[in-house]
Amino acid sequence: MKRILTPLALVSILIGLTWWMTSLKTVGIYRIPAPSEVLRWTLEHLLLVLTAEGLAIAVGVPIGFLVSRRAFRWIGTALMLTVNIGQTVPTLALLAITSIALGMGFRAAVVGLFVYALLPIVRNTYAGLLSVDPSVKEAAWGMGMSKWQITTRVELPLARPVIVAGIRTSTAVNVGTAAVAGMIGGIGLGSLITIGLAVNVVEMVLQGAAPAAALAILLDLIFGEVERWMTPRGLRKATASGSRHGKRRGVLAADKA
Amino acid sequence: MIRLENVSKVYPDGTEAVRNLSLEIAKGEFCVFLGPSGCGKTTSLKMINRLIPTTGGKIYIDGVDTSERNVNELRRGIGYAIQNIGLFPHLTVAQNIATVPKLKRWPREKRRARARELLDLVGMAPDTFLDRYPCELSGGQQQRVGVARCLGADPPILLMDEPFGAIDPITRQRLQGEFLKIQERLKKTIVFVTHDIDEAIKMGDTIALMKDGDLVQYAEPATLLAEPKTRFVRDFVGADRVLKGLRLLKARDVMTRPKVILRRDESVERAAEILDSARRQWAAAVDEAGRFHGWVEREDLKTASMLDEALTPAVTTASPRTPLNEALSMMLGSATGSVAVLDEDGRFLGLLSFNAIRDVLRSSHDEEGE
Repeated sequence: MKRILTPLALVSILIGLTWWMTSLKTVGIYRIPAPSEVLRWTLEHLLLVLTAEGLAIAVGVPIGFLVSRRAFRWIGTALMLTVNIGQTVPTLALLAITSIALGMGFRAAVVGLFVYALLPIVRNTYAGLLSVDPSVKEAAWGMGMSKWQITTRVELPLARPVIVAGIRTSTAVNVGTAAVAGMIGGIGLGSLITIGLAVNVVEMVLQGAAPAAALAILLDLIFGEVERWMTPRGLRKATASGSRHGKRRGVLAADKA
Repeated sequence: MIRLENVSKVYPDGTEAVRNLSLEIAKGEFCVFLGPSGCGKTTSLKMINRLIPTTGGKIYIDGVDTSERNVNELRRGIGYAIQNIGLFPHLTVAQNIATVPKLKRWPREKRRARARELLDLVGMAPDTFLDRYPCELSGGQQQRVGVARCLGADPPILLMDEPFGAIDPITRQRLQGEFLKIQERLKKTIVFVTHDIDEAIKMGDTIALMKDGDLVQYAEPATLLAEPKTRFVRDFVGADRVLKGLRLLKARDVMTRPKVILRRDESVERAAEILDSARRQWAAAVDEAGRFHGWVEREDLKTASMLDEALTPAVTTASPRTPLNEALSMMLGSATGSVAVLDEDGRFLGLLSFNAIRDVLRSSHDEEGE
């Protein structure tokens, strides 16, 4: 219960904070956005994150799977290196590049976030499949399982917790990155933060940051449950430490937002 | 049953793992591939179920060339157990055991019943273990499940690659013994890889000793011990091969029926009389059903009022099937220096004495002409 209640308590504090800021109506000469506006931005933020995430899952898992196959493993090593370097490119720089290419707006933001979300997913899918104990695969071969059966009955179930953990991490990170996207495209909660910073109104910045943090925690919580649910019972003991790690990363991402 | 004809394996880099291996394994035979690491024994084993493709020669199972069969069908008909076990961690014990039955599309109830039966066979309580996961089992239990799994669909052939290699010596000995008992009942054709000469002698009907990809000697354990073909075989088998030969003899081969056996309900005086007249210091005591109860020593009779009071229970007893090397260590721990051999119901069959074992050792030594 603590696993669920602690994040929920944090979320309610953050929502309370947002509500309080909204109730101020004005700060100095500036009008503070109404709850309906904050809600609209939050939903836009969520849509941005989920679109990018959905695309990243659809593309990332198959890529990770392919490069883990023996025939493509030589690409795998090189690709993982690229992926790791790719992740060091600053968020802002990447979003600037996509905006120049696609013009400012939702599309550019989605593409930028997609690239960002892709990396952890590809990496975790690849690592998850490679981490399957070779003797388990050997036993499967030796008992006469076909390639397809080994993939669907052995490799994917065993790699699934790691893959879902990758999705969970990338989602949490993306809520934060999406806030940066707002700076460029004027979409989502990021635009509130940008405006607030521009006019130097802390209340407005908080109105953007607090819901973004709440969103990150909430999504992390949901994916954490999905991860647990997707982890085969026989593996739960082994992955307990892994999911704790994921949770910590999620909170960090929320702080960033 | 299994016939290898000039089988060889050359890797692309030119390494010859196996050279022109030819041998035949009869139906119901327990054949051990033995040799130091890198001798090609595992490679040879894996070529039988085509986990490693051959680069030359043919392998026949029941007269059919394995390379002409569907590879998955072939493997489903051959049990496979490996040292690292490779249980599926995300599946229960029952699901693990029923892997091949599931591949063969057995109905659910039949698979469950089979898992239950096999778990029972390997000495694990089905009700306790069927729904556990591998991570909840000890190493020895996992190994048992591994053995049960390779028997899943009742294949006529088992390939076992050091299946008891990764467990502690005491558990290993027990599993070896239990597996031999299972084999006595099931009569599978088994190819068993090990680098442990003691295991090979204990388990195998025949031993194929390999070195650097060549078959050096293919013979029964007794022949391998008594007539090593080359210096390598002699060295590999070891200097204590006469002692190892004890493993091949069972208690029933050398036990003797003592002249004096005491009835437990005998009076102390009568017992003393019997011992004295036979000039014995001790004798075995049995009840009216012939069941063994312990030893009676002449010394103890002096102070006893009933025979039961003078009774020293035996620490260990042997069965007719106990190998002599084990009996020898039992003797060292026995007060009388002898071991009682009992049948399954505890009835006294005979005695193993140190003298009897010494005679056996001496005669096998003489046979070698050394």
